[in-house]
Amino acid sequence: MKKSLWFLTLILIFTLVLSACGAIPGAQSSGKFRVAVVMPSAKNDLAFSQSMIDALTRVQEEMGADKFEFVISENMFVVDDAAAAIRDYATQGFDLVIAHGSQYGSSLQEIAPDFPETSFAWGTTVDTFGLPNIFAYEAASQEGGYVNGVLAATLSESKVLGVVGPIETGDAKLYVDGFKAGAAATSPDVQVNVNYIGSFSDVALASEAATTHISAGADVLTGTAQMVVGAIGKAEENNALWFGTQSNQTSLAPSIVVASQVYHWEGIVNEMIALIQDGTLGGRSFKADLANGGEVIEFNPAYALSDEAKTLAETTIAGIKDGSITITLP
Amino acid sequence: MISDLFSVTVLIGILASGIRLATPYLYAAIGETFGQRSGVLNLGVEGQMLLGAFAAFYVALTTGNLWLGVLTAMLVGAAMGLAMAYVTVNLNAEQGISGIGFFLFGLGMSDLLFQKLMGTVETVKGFPKIYIPGLSDIPGIGEIFFSQNLLVYGAYLLVPIAWFVLNKTTLGLKIRSVGENPDAADSLGVSVARIRYFTLILGGTLSGIAGASLSIALLNVFQQNMTSGLGFIAVALVYFGAWRPIGVLGGALLFSMINSLQLWIQVLGIPVPSDIAVMMPYVLTILVLVATVSRVRAPSALTKPFEREN
Repeated sequence: MKKSLWFLTLILIFTLVLSACGAIPGAQSSGKFRVAVVMPSAKNDLAFSQSMIDALTRVQEEMGADKFEFVISENMFVVDDAAAAIRDYATQGFDLVIAHGSQYGSSLQEIAPDFPETSFAWGTTVDTFGLPNIFAYEAASQEGGYVNGVLAATLSESKVLGVVGPIETGDAKLYVDGFKAGAAATSPDVQVNVNYIGSFSDVALASEAATTHISAGADVLTGTAQMVVGAIGKAEENNALWFGTQSNQTSLAPSIVVASQVYHWEGIVNEMIALIQDGTLGGRSFKADLANGGEVIEFNPAYALSDEAKTLAETTIAGIKDGSITITLP
Repeated sequence: MISDLFSVTVLIGILASGIRLATPYLYAAIGETFGQRSGVLNLGVEGQMLLGAFAAFYVALTTGNLWLGVLTAMLVGAAMGLAMAYVTVNLNAEQGISGIGFFLFGLGMSDLLFQKLMGTVETVKGFPKIYIPGLSDIPGIGEIFFSQNLLVYGAYLLVPIAWFVLNKTTLGLKIRSVGENPDAADSLGVSVARIRYFTLILGGTLSGIAGASLSIALLNVFQQNMTSGLGFIAVALVYFGAWRPIGVLGGALLFSMINSLQLWIQVLGIPVPSDIAVMMPYVLTILVLVATVSRVRAPSALTKPFEREN
């Protein structure tokens, strides 16, 4: 009996430690627009989750901390935990609850009807389930992928490009397909090798995938999702160039990152806020792309990109914006 | 396309990657072998690795001293091993469940410390590659075996040392007897508790190095949950290797080589769906396990708490 008691205490301590990581400030009322976000990885993953945090921070800077606040639950890779967090936030009366991950869709579909006064948003997707209080958002990642592909094919001397992807789905697949299309359109003899490692978190395998690309002759690499931090290190070690996506990845390897496609969700968040304040709680879907500023190609100022290449990138961006360049996906 | 796989570049690439990928598995699984041979199943390896990886990275980042990083990782791992020993040996807790508890503790604690002390993903300059004079110039072989970093060499050196300690020393005999028949060992004056404390602290220390080998030698970054299941695979490799260091080495190499093979299969554009390719190492490991496991027997006292009969 004594033993099991000890053991129970131990488990309770673990639970406390773990749950302490995601403390939620108590509900406050009055005038502030309050947003809660549930995200699958860390808020500082230099990838998908961070792109939303950066966007909310910019919205807050614009509106002022007295008018806008947001709270987050990060590392919610267990969908069940995420669903509980979403429900908690809705109960606490947040104005907008964002489920930042396509895996949270079915949970949201179940929860949203119970809170008709609360607005929910989820992405990346176009599906609002026909519910009046769900917004959907997605990113046209193929557009930035295309621009990165054009530049990568131009800068590559070996004419071999390597891509480290997570799982062949969602915005990762869109980005990779766009990158391939851009490279092929620029130089037909360029070869794009793609590697999906089957994981969003296996940094070691991502790093070894990058080494494999380099051994196969690639001198320019790109990749998507949070495990690419392992790949960027290998690219730097071997002086291969890197193109980022989702967040600005320059800080990881300032000498080799050429440009990153960065998601700027703040435009979409602002639109949602305006709609909610006018009484529309959902039912619409949004798309972040180059034309509406939801995606921005951020160049690394420390990388000496030739004027020619810079101009090429800018004409490509302009072409995608005005529709003169269309990206055909497989 | 398939024939591309047999070019020299590709073969060297596969072998060199496999050697590197196997490194963390070796440290962790050899450490786990000691624990299991003494009768304790430690499922907390993953947590020990994560805390070790963070400790090594943070110390290397702030002091610039890689060896201090490795030492800290060893101490952190040892402390986790000590705690595990207390819970399983003194409190006689169920080993599987308490191991999971330590895993969750390591996962949560490394994340918390990362958030509070660093806040964002950073990089360090890790252990450089060491080219062994003469040997590293041999074509092919040199690139595969003799152009790796120090912690990679260490992992492979550990295998014969562990074999020697387990099979050729009195200490090894005591460890094995405590794992096979603790009552007999006890009646001959071997302290079951002391041996199990020793193997678990040693296992924790090695798991700490396994974490360090990722964060400051192979990848040179720290990210939350960066081991992503590696520690659990290491536990499986101990069963796979039939509780022998040489077997563990074989398992770690097989798993890692097939993993690097599947990376090349995708890079070469061989038309295998990526989902199938990433499954390959797991499927093959299970097949080999099924084929071999019936011939070996686990240490008899594995997972059983020891209580002296009066």
